[in-house]
Amino acid sequence: MTTTLKSVDAVLVGFGWTGAIMGQQLCDAGLHVVALERGPWRDTATDFATGFAQDELRYMWRHHLFQNVSDDTLTIRNNVNQEALPMRHLGSFLLGTGVGSGGVHWNGQIWRFLPTDFLTKSHNQQRYGKKAVSDYDLTVQDWGVTYEELEPYYDQFDKVCGTSGKAGNLKGEIQPGGNPFEGARANEYPTPPMPQTLGPTLFGKAAAELGRHPFPHPTGNLSEAYVNPLGAQLGACTYCGFCEKFGCGNYSKASPQTTILPYLMQKSNFTLKTECEVLRVELTPDRKRATGVTYVNSAGEEFFQPADMVILSAYVLQNVRLLLLSGIGKPYDPKTGEGVVGKNYAYQTMSSVNVFFDDKILNPFIGAGALATVIDDFNGDNFDHSGLGFIGGAYIAGMVTGGRPIEMIYTPQGTPAWGLEWKHAAAKNYLRSFSLSVHGSCMSARGNYLDLDPTYRDIHGRPMLRMTFDFTGNDHKMSDYLTDRAAEVAKAMNPREIKLNRRTGSWSVVPYQTTHNTGGAIMGDNPKNSVVNKYLQTWDVPNVFSMGAGAFPQNAGYNPTGTLAALAYLSADAIKSRYLKAPGPLVRA
Amino acid sequence: MSEKNLDRRHFLIGTIAAGVAGVSAGPVHDGELGAPPQTFRGAVPWQEGTADAPPEASGSGYVYFTPAEAAFIEAAVGRLIPNDPVGPGGVEANVPFFLDRQLAGPFGRGDHYYLGGPWPRGTPEQGYQSRYNPAQLYRAAIAAIDKYAGANLGAPTFAALAAADQDKALKGLESGEIALDGGVDAKSFFAMLLQNTKEGYFSDPIYGGNKDMGAWKMIGFPGAHYDYKEWVSRHGEPVPYPTVGLRGRPGWRKA
Repeated sequence: MTTTLKSVDAVLVGFGWTGAIMGQQLCDAGLHVVALERGPWRDTATDFATGFAQDELRYMWRHHLFQNVSDDTLTIRNNVNQEALPMRHLGSFLLGTGVGSGGVHWNGQIWRFLPTDFLTKSHNQQRYGKKAVSDYDLTVQDWGVTYEELEPYYDQFDKVCGTSGKAGNLKGEIQPGGNPFEGARANEYPTPPMPQTLGPTLFGKAAAELGRHPFPHPTGNLSEAYVNPLGAQLGACTYCGFCEKFGCGNYSKASPQTTILPYLMQKSNFTLKTECEVLRVELTPDRKRATGVTYVNSAGEEFFQPADMVILSAYVLQNVRLLLLSGIGKPYDPKTGEGVVGKNYAYQTMSSVNVFFDDKILNPFIGAGALATVIDDFNGDNFDHSGLGFIGGAYIAGMVTGGRPIEMIYTPQGTPAWGLEWKHAAAKNYLRSFSLSVHGSCMSARGNYLDLDPTYRDIHGRPMLRMTFDFTGNDHKMSDYLTDRAAEVAKAMNPREIKLNRRTGSWSVVPYQTTHNTGGAIMGDNPKNSVVNKYLQTWDVPNVFSMGAGAFPQNAGYNPTGTLAALAYLSADAIKSRYLKAPGPLVRA
Repeated sequence: MSEKNLDRRHFLIGTIAAGVAGVSAGPVHDGELGAPPQTFRGAVPWQEGTADAPPEASGSGYVYFTPAEAAFIEAAVGRLIPNDPVGPGGVEANVPFFLDRQLAGPFGRGDHYYLGGPWPRGTPEQGYQSRYNPAQLYRAAIAAIDKYAGANLGAPTFAALAAADQDKALKGLESGEIALDGGVDAKSFFAMLLQNTKEGYFSDPIYGGNKDMGAWKMIGFPGAHYDYKEWVSRHGEPVPYPTVGLRGRPGWRKA
């Protein structure tokens, strides 16, 4: 039996970063908004207080803040010739759940994509020829939105987070100490960059000696206390080294909890319901309009929530699955290349270089989610790719997110994984080693996509999402080239030895890589090549909007949160200024 | 919990310290599946006394492992992390006790594993593909390894082998060269055993391993501190903070 509730102006499906942003924006415009979150309420003092936040076993390895896959997971395979099997345990990516979701346990690495990243197809084709964007069955596209259009919204997110950093390009003027390759920024960062520990400092010196352009990583782990435009207060980071995979006990990491919820939760036109999982978006018989969503709560009660607008603000993988389950948009078929929902799933191509010293104590436990010195010389199209055989790139970061000993003990090449030799290597190297992270792009390709699994079902009887993905030759070439560039910097740090951890073989679900899943509900300039327009409005059902990194047509060599937040603000602006006055398509098909 | 000199961390986790056999009583605040649905409007919700404190291991002796399983675990953990003057071995750090409490609790039950069928074997890239939860896997694997030792290595059990032969057998499991009965994938089990052993060695002592924070002291990790601000710019200096866990450290309490 389904209970029909009172209609609202907008329903948010999922309550992480994009849900909080859209909730605040739409409530400020006077709309009545209900947010449905399938996980629990979470706040700093109750759920990750400093008295027990620094617990590697519970949060990282026992997944206490992550989605519990026991009653709902997805199936995975590397290519269409394999049988997809369930991801039975989290590994490669750590899905969020609960209020704040991944915004609670992220590192706080806040990036903007490069202006050319939004023109992946046209820019690379013009500079390197047609083969560059079609080899390896690449299916890269332009975004249909430009950096210049997004800049004010990047700026808005920086101000909400209080991002700490140093501008490298202010209104077209290159600034010393910042990233000279970034797109022009209207404003300096809200707070100054974090001071750097020894490892990132040595990295920066070595990189500069090689003629690179090091700068401090832009971060949502704040360098000083800050009050954002919504009146939320953040404290200065204390460098405890428990950001990534953990909640911040110190109100120092930008998250929905620390930046938006103190404001939004007090609004009388906003309602949050937790432990409520949306099963599908309901459509009118002609499938041109959504009437609301059906959800079930943890008590097993089913409800229909009518709404004028449905905002899919869950994680990429859930948004795409809800589109497929609800019959919004034509599913992608890798055989014909037709259809759009599920198309261009992409990821992040990661590798690293470990550096070992004899004579220096690096104190790796003094860390923060984005405590790093970075070079961007080999990201995007910041360098000439002629003759290299790939497009895209990576930032290279001398980074110390922490020194959590189960996860983060580096041992030299050839060290066994156990036994006395391993123990001695751990004891000798823990304080004296360091890691360079190579954070690479992932270009979308014809065979990489998301659809519904034919075999496995979740606890509600719905088909699980099926992920078909492997890194392409483009990604492998890029990653090898970039890992070599990182090794040059590592050697210039004059260590005893280094170890290269290259990106080899097929994508595996086992080792943690990043929770930067992208695509599947991609944006574009027409309904033939995309699911949503540049305002994240679905082409087929104009009162359904799909937020998040699912909109990325391919993934750039940066962390996705800054860009997906900027896209949400752009979408909210268009809804407020245009859609509410005349509900309907914001872009003519 | 009658001491008057409770430290702050101890206070925060104190309420769940009475868990039975290391498995905590149901928490007031469930950060995971199955909390009741709630509706929030007009305020940031707050309820005192609901801190989501960690589930501490308690008691002594084994509650999950049988004596035969305990013999295997103590032997294997002693080879994965041997004892010597550089730092504690896995057994000396109480890793077997940690493993027992983990397998007796939510981890052992596979609370965060999807275990539904069907169960084809899969590729290495598809990761864990067993119907067994971790506790069942340990049980089946230990029996299968002892059986293998009896049939092929000339000893009644793995634990009865000489140390060098134990190492050889562990390497065979690690590489998958040894095939096991009982529907057990040797590589999968070895990977889980090694991971769990390192977890017991390096996790906070509240979970029963890392005795006296010996593994942290060995590598120089100061533990659960949350403020290093003044050390960020003091490059290359050893941080002199004494090692501390979530429950504090001995020096926090009066003698």
